[in-house]
Order: sequence, then C-alpha cells, then structure tokens
Amino acid sequence: MSNEIEQIKDPGLPAHVHRSTDTDPKAAARAERQVAILFGLSAIGTLLLIYSYIFVKDDVFIFIPVMGETNAHQLGLGMGMAIALFCIGAGLIHWAKTLMPDEEVIAHRHEFRSEDEDRAEFIKTVKAGASAAGLGRRPLIKRTLGAALGLSALTPLLLLRDLGPLPKDDLTKTSWKAGTRLVTDPGDRPLRPEDLEVGAVAQTLPEIAPGEHRSLADIGKDAVLLIRLRPEEFNLDAERLSWTHEGIIAFSKICSHMGCAVALYEQQTKHLLCPCHQSTFDVTRAAKVIFGPAARPLPQLNITVDEEGYLIARAPFNEPVGPSFWERSS
Amino acid sequence: MTARERIAGNVAGYVDDRTGAAKWMKKNLTKVFPDHWSFLLGEICLYSFIILLLSGTFLTFWFDPSMREVVYDGSYEPLKGLEMSAAYASTLDISFEVRGGLLMRQIHHWAALIFMVGIVVHLLRVYFTGAFRKPREFNWIIGVGLLTLGIVEGFLGYSLPDDLLSGTGIRIAEAIIQALPLVGSYIAFFAFGGAFPGEAFIPRIYTVHVLLLPGIFLALITVHLMLVWYQKHTQFPGPGRTEKNVVGYPLMPVYMAKAGGFFFIVFGVTAFLGAVASINPIWLYGPYTPGQISAGSQPDWYMGWLDGLVRMAPPLETHAFGHTISWNILIPGLILPGIMFTGLALYPFIEQWATGDKREHHLLDRPRNTPNRTAIGAMALTFTLVSLINGGNDIIATTFHLTINQMMWFARISVIVLPPLAFIITKRLCLSLQRADRDLVLHGRETGRLVRMPNGEFVEVHEPISAEKAWLLTSHEQIAPLELPEHDAAGVRRPAALKNKLRNRISRATAVAVPKATETERRELEGHH
Repeated sequence: MSNEIEQIKDPGLPAHVHRSTDTDPKAAARAERQVAILFGLSAIGTLLLIYSYIFVKDDVFIFIPVMGETNAHQLGLGMGMAIALFCIGAGLIHWAKTLMPDEEVIAHRHEFRSEDEDRAEFIKTVKAGASAAGLGRRPLIKRTLGAALGLSALTPLLLLRDLGPLPKDDLTKTSWKAGTRLVTDPGDRPLRPEDLEVGAVAQTLPEIAPGEHRSLADIGKDAVLLIRLRPEEFNLDAERLSWTHEGIIAFSKICSHMGCAVALYEQQTKHLLCPCHQSTFDVTRAAKVIFGPAARPLPQLNITVDEEGYLIARAPFNEPVGPSFWERSS
Repeated sequence: MTARERIAGNVAGYVDDRTGAAKWMKKNLTKVFPDHWSFLLGEICLYSFIILLLSGTFLTFWFDPSMREVVYDGSYEPLKGLEMSAAYASTLDISFEVRGGLLMRQIHHWAALIFMVGIVVHLLRVYFTGAFRKPREFNWIIGVGLLTLGIVEGFLGYSLPDDLLSGTGIRIAEAIIQALPLVGSYIAFFAFGGAFPGEAFIPRIYTVHVLLLPGIFLALITVHLMLVWYQKHTQFPGPGRTEKNVVGYPLMPVYMAKAGGFFFIVFGVTAFLGAVASINPIWLYGPYTPGQISAGSQPDWYMGWLDGLVRMAPPLETHAFGHTISWNILIPGLILPGIMFTGLALYPFIEQWATGDKREHHLLDRPRNTPNRTAIGAMALTFTLVSLINGGNDIIATTFHLTINQMMWFARISVIVLPPLAFIITKRLCLSLQRADRDLVLHGRETGRLVRMPNGEFVEVHEPISAEKAWLLTSHEQIAPLELPEHDAAGVRRPAALKNKLRNRISRATAVAVPKATETERRELEGHH
C-alpha cells in the first residue's frame, strides 16, 4: 500500500436517458403537433399585425387592465409582431429539444501551442525577418521613420481643427451689459419690480431688439433667475446687497457645477436646487453652496431699475457663468 | 435516400464545387457546443445587436438629424406651434405620424437596454467562472471594449432626439469635456462647433451613432465570435468533462435550431416590451433649451452609476495661477471610471501574475473555488451598485421620504466602507461553501431521518452522494501558493526580492482554500464507522 493520497475519480459521462419522444411514437407525434401549433400561432400574430396596420386607426384607445387606456393601433402592431416572432422561436426550440437528437457528443480539444519544431521555425523566421530589415543596424532609418510617423499623426488633428472656432472669450462673456433690460422667458416682456410679489420667482433673459434672434447658446449663458424676498431676509455683505433691488436678487440660472438649469426654488427654505446633481444654493447668502458637488456659488447679476422703472442690469456678470474650465481664473 | 436528402446533398456539392469548403464545413457543421443556460447571455447580446441594426435602420428613414429650428405642426396637440429642432420634430413624427414608428422607437430603446444588461451579465458570468483565463485573454479585452463602446453608443443614441432630458445629458457631457485641464474648452468648442449647444452636435453624433460605432461593433463582434469558434467554448466541470474535450451538442441541426429559435425569442420579447412598456416618451419632456430642465433628470441605467459618482463627489476645485481644476468633475467623471475600466481590462493578466498560472484553461471554475477572484468581483460590483443607487438619489429620497442629505452621506460612506466589507464577507462565504462541499463528500447528504442508537444516542442518517456529484465537488484543482526567493544567494534583499515577497503574499491570499475531500479520506472515515 502506498501512502499517496488518492483523489476521487471521474465516473465518466452518465449514461444517456432517452426522452419519451425517442421511445414513444405517440409522444413524438404530439411534439410535432405542438411545434406546428406554435408556428400556426406565429402566423396568427402576423395577421394581427397586418390587421392593425390597415384597419385600426391610430386614435382608437381601448381599456386594458393594468395598462389602462391604451392605443389599440400601437398595441395591435406590437403584440402581433411579438407573437409572430416569439412563436417562431418557441417552435424551433421545442422542435430541437423534443425531436432532434439529444445525445451528448464528445469532441477533442488540442492545446493551442504548436509543436516545438514548428514554433522554433516560426520564431526563427520572425527573427530572420526582423534582422533582414536591419532596423537595429540602421539607427538613422529607425529615427527618421519614427519622426515621420509621429509627425504624420498630426494630420488628422490638424484637419479636425476646423470643427469649431476657438473659445476666445466666449466662455467668459454673456450678453448682459450695463443697462440691458430683464425680460420674461417666455414672453419677452420687460419687468418692473412690482410685477414680482415677495416669494415669487421669474426666469428672465436679456432684452433683444425686435427682429433679432436669440440662439440656444445665448440662452445657455444668459438665463437669469429673479427671486424676490423681503430685504431683511438677506444675509449679504454691503456690496452684494447693493446689487439687489427692493428685495429682488438675480442669479445666473446655469449651474456652476455642470451647467444644468438650476430650476427648483424652495420657497420655505429659500434654497435653489439643481435637479441634475442636487447642488443646493442659499439665496439669502448670495447663492452660497450648502449641499452637493458644486464648488462655487451661482454668479449674481447686479440689477437696478431704469428711469422708466424697468429692471435692468447695472453691470455685466463679473465672473464667467456655468461650469468651470481651465482658463477660468477664480 | 429521400428527395429532400438528395437536394441537401446537391446543395452541399454545389457549394464545395465552387469553394472547396467540404473539409472545413464537414468539421465545423458538426462542431460541438457545450450546453448551459448562462452561455445564452452572450447570445442575447448578439441578437439584441441585430435587432438594434434592424430597428435603427428603420428609424433613420424618418429621423432628421438636424438642429435647424422648425415650428411643430404635427398631430400631438400640446406641442403644436412650438419652436424646436428638426431632430426633435422628426422624432415626434416617427412617434405619431409613422405607422409602427413608435413601436420601432420603443423596440430600439428596449433592445439597447437589453444589449447593455446582456453585456454586463455576460461579463459577470465570464468573470466569476474564470472563462477569461488563457487562452481567452484577447476575447476578454474585446469584451471590455464592447462594454465601453456600448455605454457611449447608448448615450449618443438617447441624446439624438434632442428633447429636454437628453439635452441635459449632453450639457453634462460638455461640462466634463470642458473640465479637462489645458485642452478642455478647446475640445468642447471643436466638438460642438462653438459654444454649447451650437448647431453641429446632433448631426455629428448621428454619424458616430449610426456609422462609426456600429462599424466598430460589427468588427469587434466578428472577431469575438471567431475566437469563440476557433478556441471552442469553455465548459462547466462535471463527469466526463476534461480540459481536453468538449461535451455538448453538434451545431447542425441542434444548435442551429436552438440558437436560431433563441434569436426569435429575444426579438419577440423585445417587441412585446416595445408594445406594452412605454420608454423614453420624449413628447412629455418637450424640446431642449438650456434654460429649462425637468425634475428628476435620470440617465439610462448604464450611465447611472457614473452620474451617481458625480452626485456624491465632494465640492472640490483648485484655483491657482489663473487656472481652475474641477476635481468634483474629473475624479468621478474620468479618473475613477478610467481606473475601473483599465483594471477590468487587465484583470486576466493581474491574476496570472498573482498565481503564476500560465497554463490553458477550458474547464470553468465554480466561483466558490476561487474565493479571492469572487471576492474582488463582489467588491467591484458593490462599488458600482452603491454608485448606481446614488444615481437615483433624488427619486429614492422622494419615494422613501428620506432627505437628499441622508442619501448622500449614505452613498459617500457606503462607497468606501461596503466594497471592502463585501470582499471579506464573500471570501468567507466561499470558504464556508468549500467546507460544506467537503462535508458533503466525506459524510454524505443529511437525510433528516433521526435514528436512536442502542445506547440512547440520536444520530441523523447521512446518505452517500452520487459518484457524479462527488466528482463535481472535488474535480477542481487547488494550486499551491508561489514560493519565489525573497533573498538572493548571498542572503541579501534586493528590489527583485521585495517584488517576489509581494507576489508570494498575494499568491498566498489567492491560494487560501479548504482542502478538498479525497478518496483516501473517504476510505479512512468508512473504516471508522
């Protein structure tokens, strides 16, 4: 007796168990019928699709439990297609599982590594090829080829240059200028302080001359939110307080984190919330970040009224609006 | 010979006369594929890709990839007379004017979600069973590439309709580009043809979405499948299955029928979802404008974990020398995902390095038998799941009446604490399962029958398990840890020796196992009874 540890042995592939369809012709005939029924159901599915396409108008709604009022045209098309396809698949698989041979087959596997002799030949060929090219012996060729290839990689970069203009001051400037009126969005009506009750919020844009067009890129930088509080509710330094007018404070609506519209204003807490990443800004403290991933307050717009009593910007934004970028200095 | 067999023979002959393919075809038509439900996961990806090509082509016939401003004049009343992009208007037309258009849109979106779920679950199957081991490392890397491209392709796809929700997604993508140090604002301006959103972006991503990426997908999927074919599929361990064979069913006719049938099933299920389950109802969101937003903005799930990471990031920015670096965007948006995908792609090589195992493997592992790998997988999964949950923090907070503050701190703490915890628990669980396997082989199955012995003692009767089961539970290999020299000949520690020490330590952690039961032990125990 040896002391060697004996492992548990592989009993080998279990004996094949025949299906009823292999042994009982009746079961086989039944399976055949089932497959045929599935294919038949598929045909009915396609007919349902054709019927829905031609005869069911797309404004017909029917009531389906769970789904509620459902568009019959869409439902007929979709269910017809689903039944047609699913039943073909179910039929094919049922056929394969019940009537096609189910005896497991063993195939052999070979290691991928080639015979040592072939491998040695192969390695020799590669080495011979590499030395025949002689890159190692001709450094001049190697270096100039490297430089040429590297330089040629600039071509696509260069050709892509005209995809767009240089940023220049586009990220730092908005359309707001000293004296620009704040107009409602939508509606383009200039606003007087008395249009806003205490607690109210308004989305505004800079006024444009009649016939002029505002691009989405302009809106993406110029959108400003007006909020009216009671002046004593502010907790601002003297300068920022002077940027407000009769309790109306104006902030860029473009989030300083990733540029979403900061559109949720909570009247009770006087917080502005960005729905994208939940950065929360305290309106009473010049939109200071009190929660979330934003690192900077929303830029505040310095506002006042003109001689006609309409709200205007007293000065442009004193910092870039929107998300940070490399060239931003603060 | 029946007439039908004669025709089949003629067809085969016709093909061979013109291609000389008889030898190759003979071998490959009877190629053996092992059977297991989890091997269908990759098939689901392939079939949903085909569905995406078909439904996507249909959509291109009506979709107008342009940001040209138009005034909507279709049959959807609430938006009538509104200014919007041609892209959004044509998506509305596909939904309301083209018969079957809405169905196709919904099938396309559902197929994309199924494609991504399929890839991720397939990846988990391949990972936890060790199917990525030599010689299949190339296919693993291709798979990771397909996952990454799938995320990009899906994002571009749901951005195309130019509705309020998807425009918000593009806005965030632009902010990530813009946050790149040095080149960010330039790349953003080049990509968008000027300031965000510009008028160039939709037509540009359309070309990428319908031409460039699908082309790359086709090439990668082809190579992926050819490698599976050439290297033969892996198989689960079991009686009669070895590293040297493949046990399964022949391609023709069984696998052709099963795989072909499964394609129709996947298509049928996708069509059913498209018929009954509304997805991305863009008419409710309205056209995109940067000044507006809808509450509860959520990306598709495969982007959700990235969004979750961004949401939990601390508000860190560096302002120095007139420049700004946004860590709150760069870390969750680029650096962490970069580390994760690189680690994922390199995992087969890292494991080879840790175990020193450079042999071919065709038999799959049961996850419990590789505790370290399983635990690392559980750790990565936990990290991603916590991030994904945080991606829906606003929805969860409103649904369960929590504050967003509680959600964020839950996420920030969990994302650091839970993954290591998952590692430890999973590793312990694996070892416990190994112990249970060992007991099962040595002592048999508990029958639940109690017998009173003559001396009054109660014992439970154990029944020996079948030879097949015993083999399944013990056929795996338990490799010994590496023992690389930690000192050189003179007994001095060198940098190489330090590296060896590290490798030895990792290898020891990887090799931790409950010794599997042996025949010898079984016999000894029988002797005792």
